[in-house]
Amino acid sequence: MSVELRGEAFDPWQELQKYQNSKPELAGKFGATSIFIGTMRDFNDGNDVQAMILEHYPAMTQKHLETVSNEARQHWDILDTLIIHRYGNIQPNDPIVLLAVWSAHRSESFPACRYLIEELKTRAPFWKQEKAGSYSHWVEHNTQG
Amino acid sequence: MSITVKFFASLRETIGKAGASLGTDNISTAADVWQIATDNHEPIDNMLVAINMEYANLDESVKDGDEVAFFPPVTGG
Repeated sequence: MSVELRGEAFDPWQELQKYQNSKPELAGKFGATSIFIGTMRDFNDGNDVQAMILEHYPAMTQKHLETVSNEARQHWDILDTLIIHRYGNIQPNDPIVLLAVWSAHRSESFPACRYLIEELKTRAPFWKQEKAGSYSHWVEHNTQG
Repeated sequence: MSITVKFFASLRETIGKAGASLGTDNISTAADVWQIATDNHEPIDNMLVAINMEYANLDESVKDGDEVAFFPPVTGG
């Protein structure tokens, strides 16, 4: 299980490969890998967005994501989880979050991955401030999934 | 009693500061922390509270050394 908060841009596909390569004990054991990658759009609620600042509550964010990762492992028969989440200055098309769940079968990895992203979006203490030109505002709610 | 207070995002801008260190004994709940740290500002609609990085309610007790955070609904992912 890994939870990491990143202040710099990352390539989710490279991170996924790197993490899986670092876990030789998973080899031959997993038949399913479910992933979710959240990426910054250049629009939201009908408005253009040119940049975003993602603020968080560092210690609580780490703790909360570790808690929900452990909860996922208790609820589903999964082998491992990976969460990487950005904070700081983000540009359109930048990945914001990578979630990955490994399990023997997809019936476990799919719902566990969904659980992780829904918990993250509704409970993990992150806040988006969107910018367009000289205008900026705090996002007040996440869009419906 | 010593309490560390933190405000985040839009709520930090509304209150006008990122946090406070309280050193008074007249505190028993998170609501007391809010009132003292904000000079009796009205609680913000939909405001969330965390005590020692666990979600809590305003009427929950606090103790010496606690960290109490106030913030708006979250929007990560």
